[in-house]
Amino acid sequence: MTNVLAAAKDKRAPWYKRLPVVAQLRRSVGLQRGMLITGIVICLVFILTAIFAPLIAPFGFGQLRDDAGAFPRQAAPGGEHIWGTTVGGYDVFSRVVWGAQTAISVVIVAVILSVTIGVVLGLVSGYLGGWLDRVLVVIADAVYAFPSLLLAIVVSIVISGGQSSLLGGIVAAGISITVVFVPQYFRVVRAEAVRLKAEAFVESSKVVGSSTARIMFKHVLRNATRSLPLILTLNASEAILTLASLGFLGFGIGPTAAAEWGYDLNRALSDTASGIWWTGVFPGAAIVLLVLGVTLVGESLNDLADPRLRTRRRAKRRTAATTPLPAAATTEGAGA
Amino acid sequence: MTDTAHDDRLKAVDIRDLEVTFATDGGDVPAVQGVSLEVRAGEVLAIVGESGSGKTVTAKTILGLLPDTAVASGAVLLTGEDVLSVGPKRVRELRGTDVAMVFQEPSTALNPVYTVGWQIAEGIRAHGKVSRREARKRAIDILRRVGIPDPATRVDYYPHQFSGGQKQRVVIAMALVLNPSVIVADEPTTALDVTVQAEILDLLRRCRDEFGAAIVLITHNMGVVADLADRVAVMYLGGVVEEADAATLFASPQDDYTKRLLGSVPRLEARGHQAAPAADAEVVVRASGLEIEYPGRLGRGGFRAVKGVDFTIAKGQVLGLVGESGSGKTTIGRAIAGLTRVTGGSLEVLGVEMNGVRERDFKPKRADIGFVFQDPASSFNPLLTIAECVAEPLIVHGRAGDARAARGRVDELLEAVQLPKAFGDRYPHELSGGQRQRASLARSLALDPTLLIADEPTSALDVSVQARVLELFAELQKDLGFAALFISHDLAVVNILADRIGVLFHGDLVESGPNDQVLGAPEHAYTKRLLASLPVPDPAEQARRREALAALTRAETNQES
Repeated sequence: MTNVLAAAKDKRAPWYKRLPVVAQLRRSVGLQRGMLITGIVICLVFILTAIFAPLIAPFGFGQLRDDAGAFPRQAAPGGEHIWGTTVGGYDVFSRVVWGAQTAISVVIVAVILSVTIGVVLGLVSGYLGGWLDRVLVVIADAVYAFPSLLLAIVVSIVISGGQSSLLGGIVAAGISITVVFVPQYFRVVRAEAVRLKAEAFVESSKVVGSSTARIMFKHVLRNATRSLPLILTLNASEAILTLASLGFLGFGIGPTAAAEWGYDLNRALSDTASGIWWTGVFPGAAIVLLVLGVTLVGESLNDLADPRLRTRRRAKRRTAATTPLPAAATTEGAGA
Repeated sequence: MTDTAHDDRLKAVDIRDLEVTFATDGGDVPAVQGVSLEVRAGEVLAIVGESGSGKTVTAKTILGLLPDTAVASGAVLLTGEDVLSVGPKRVRELRGTDVAMVFQEPSTALNPVYTVGWQIAEGIRAHGKVSRREARKRAIDILRRVGIPDPATRVDYYPHQFSGGQKQRVVIAMALVLNPSVIVADEPTTALDVTVQAEILDLLRRCRDEFGAAIVLITHNMGVVADLADRVAVMYLGGVVEEADAATLFASPQDDYTKRLLGSVPRLEARGHQAAPAADAEVVVRASGLEIEYPGRLGRGGFRAVKGVDFTIAKGQVLGLVGESGSGKTTIGRAIAGLTRVTGGSLEVLGVEMNGVRERDFKPKRADIGFVFQDPASSFNPLLTIAECVAEPLIVHGRAGDARAARGRVDELLEAVQLPKAFGDRYPHELSGGQRQRASLARSLALDPTLLIADEPTSALDVSVQARVLELFAELQKDLGFAALFISHDLAVVNILADRIGVLFHGDLVESGPNDQVLGAPEHAYTKRLLASLPVPDPAEQARRREALAALTRAETNQES
């Protein structure tokens, strides 16, 4: 009975409870809830680190000396440099903290760009159809066929031309990741648009005489974006990995422009042989943790969105004596 | 021998105090509350009720087919064993041999990539060691017994090679092959045309008589109940409100809900006193030699859905189109609304020739056409409120700037269709099917159309809801005086609203005229069969009609041979 009432109240829940991730969190139970909370906590830690990097990091990302003189090279963790210093004399802790800022801004640029382009192209292609649709689908398939990292390298060379400023580097990395992901959003939105095109409510606005643009943006677009948050989170983790790979291969952002985990890993490569573990472990762990956090959020959102995969609290056994018919009548009333 | 048979009679299914509760996102929902029922061998028990009354859940419990989210208590005794407590392994053994199921939609109940013979044999071989050849022999035998012609050949056919009615026969054959003591039939004829429905009901009757099986028939169609059931249980909100044998229930229903349910079933009665429209009345729609062809795949000809149809709809007149699925009735409705291209003949809508019309020329006329869709669940944008949806036509045709400005008119419209104003702020999923269909009607009437097209507007609704929506439709039509094309597969529904009826058969208009002429004195053989196949909610009357239909079929076969 209380559950039924709670459900009736749920409909008028305040807006902040109906936000994408919050709504799913409230609905989850058991292991799925644990996964989601772990993911959200990890992501939050990284986002806060990124925002407050200037306050948290003791040194700048490109800083090699302070008032006391030049930093020692390959110093072990402890003392002034709690996670040690690299072969170039950078402070590892500061580089990891600043790296969070780079990683998250690249993810944001990449996701915003690829969602916008992918959604618009998918919508137009799916709803209008015809030759435009065929051409776009072939292009998307061709992009799919390329190894994504190779494509990202080519695009990053084309865009940045070898230079490595902060903004240029972020945009270059963002766009090269975008090129890889646009086809995915394109595919999903196009499929939804094709499905929605045959829905009765789209036909009904056609009968009413709505213009094509109005139908596309008011009726189809808003209904086609439902599964986007899922791909978005899953792609975000891939974006982090792609950025790290670009940096590792030397196509990312230079050490003086911004801190970048992939670049640091690359520099740490030679250290491993000489037993210097701290230069590689910390940036590496940061990559793994952030990817893990984002993937956990994405996977649990995915499971929660599907009613067949979603676990629920088990229904309590009830007896006829304590719950007479009115209970059902209340449910009916809430639904009507 | 007689004694044991009598024992069996008592014990086919015995449901005692069954309760089923589902865990959902909105908390626990009780679906079945304290239901006790029993079915004896050789008996047909019909469970009737609206959607959400718990009838399907009750039936699925007999087979142990409840999803993980459900918790059941009480007892379901199947030939003495409690399905709820014996454990999954034993339940699997019971399925097929003791209890079998006939599903609603035969096209989805069969696996499209295996032959029907393989699928029947699978059931046989799941219970005990049977050689492939033996299983095939039994499959052929059972197909013959359910009336599939030439079973030795057709046992190797794939499901898509059968018609809908034959597919349902195959599904019934699968259910019968292990000679179960109970068959659960969940809306076995809902997805079928009315003429095919009569055949399947005959077959189910034979299952009872020849195979001695007990049948639990779940349906919302009171005509089907009258045709087949021995005993009827009426369910409402998860409980059984009345249980009686069929004759008693139809003759003197006791419970208020049962009375209401029976009262809202549309009946095929003569309408009488129909004013014929004046001969010089303005014509809204005129079709002459109308042809509509759907383009075929490459290298194949198109499919002609409508083959040269002539009809007119005068101003203020309601034309009812009836026919089975695939007869082209929906295609005609869509063509009038400009959703499907006309490929031949002429179709004049509000003075615009639709054959080769350009959207730009037709657009201004769209304000004068309303359209009510079949499925109220999908005809509203789920992300807009009802008020925004109803305001759509007003905004598109520039009668209002935005949804807020249109709110006054929207409230008027909602009131006209007897919905409270406050419903305007709700989202479509918060309304029931009947309420949504009324909102749909409000939307189609927003611009005071001269022509309304209603494509099966009530076929997705429960009977009692259907009655209210039809009443409302008739009232509004009288008040506002729009012309209407009313499309339905249900003759009784069309009869309530239409002034004239047209009967479509495979894209041809085989008969048309005023109601009482078409329904009272049909001329075409197909119309006669359609009328005779329609089951009426009265067991005695239905038995007579069944005889008449059998006679008609005999006469037809004689004529052919």
